[in-house]
Amino acid sequence: MAGAAVLGRLTWRLAEVVDGIAETPRVKSLVLDVPEWPGHRPGQHVDVRLTAEDGYQAQRSYSIASPPEDARLVLTVERLDDGEVSPYLVDELRPGDRFELRGPIGGYFVWEPRPDESVFLLAGGSGIVPLMAMIRHREADGIAVPARLLYSSRTLDDVIYRAELDELASRGNGLEVSHTLTRAQPPGWNGYARRVDAALIRDVAWPPGAGAIAFVCGPTAFVETAATALAELGYPADRIRTERFGPTGT
Amino acid sequence: MDDRDLLLDGNAAGGLLGEIFTAEMTSAEGRCAACGALGPVGELRVYAAGPGLVARCPVCDSVVLRVVRAGARVWLDLRGARFLELRL
Repeated sequence: MAGAAVLGRLTWRLAEVVDGIAETPRVKSLVLDVPEWPGHRPGQHVDVRLTAEDGYQAQRSYSIASPPEDARLVLTVERLDDGEVSPYLVDELRPGDRFELRGPIGGYFVWEPRPDESVFLLAGGSGIVPLMAMIRHREADGIAVPARLLYSSRTLDDVIYRAELDELASRGNGLEVSHTLTRAQPPGWNGYARRVDAALIRDVAWPPGAGAIAFVCGPTAFVETAATALAELGYPADRIRTERFGPTGT
Repeated sequence: MDDRDLLLDGNAAGGLLGEIFTAEMTSAEGRCAACGALGPVGELRVYAAGPGLVARCPVCDSVVLRVVRAGARVWLDLRGARFLELRL
């Protein structure tokens, strides 16, 4: 949707749960029907609002995991132990349940494919979600630009979309995936085994002169470290897009 | 958890701003009235608490944008931005 038309103001809609997919022990993808969904762009998010019987409302933002090509909207949610909204979304919702949703939201943290522009994606924990929408869009649309993902997780069991990422990376169509496991690694692990730092990014990133665009998403501390490292590596400020998730389980 | 994790960015303001403005606002470019830094709303620093929203300049930490909403009433304080450039 380049050259976006004038939007109406955002309003709340009702989303209906069609299916739930357990991604990891703490993470679930919600497959939703949203009547008259206007479509979205990879990287955008929605706001979700829950209303208790006493009228109390809680609202949180969740990134859209599905690419624009999918018929249904998918949100991937990580359950936070002290969360107000995520435990309900992950543990309580059943097919047929409905909740309020507002979106799609965003225009800065959105990937617009360009033929000569490689993509570098950096994910910390559940920060993978909007980047996965970008990866899935790249696959669905047959976009050939080179793409690299650097994905930081605590353990292998915490890697969201692990099988899908393995499969996509094995297709040989220009997607490369590097994992770093920060807390524990399985026997024989030959990926990275530490928190993302400047040296790791220098190893994996497209060189700064290559005209790549970088998208960084995850906990705020992760994003700050990664964005600073990219800037010091020589990425221009307008080629580094960031989205901070605030506190997460990681 | 790092204390810095409580800070979000202008992406988190997109929903509230999207209820007020018809243009997409996270990609709007603004100039900080205090220090002159130019950048997108998406890169403002937003503190995740309270009935409203305060967005600060990532360079000098001055308040750029303040929105308070109570039901259908909205108070908007844009004094911290010399201008906002947006696309329709």
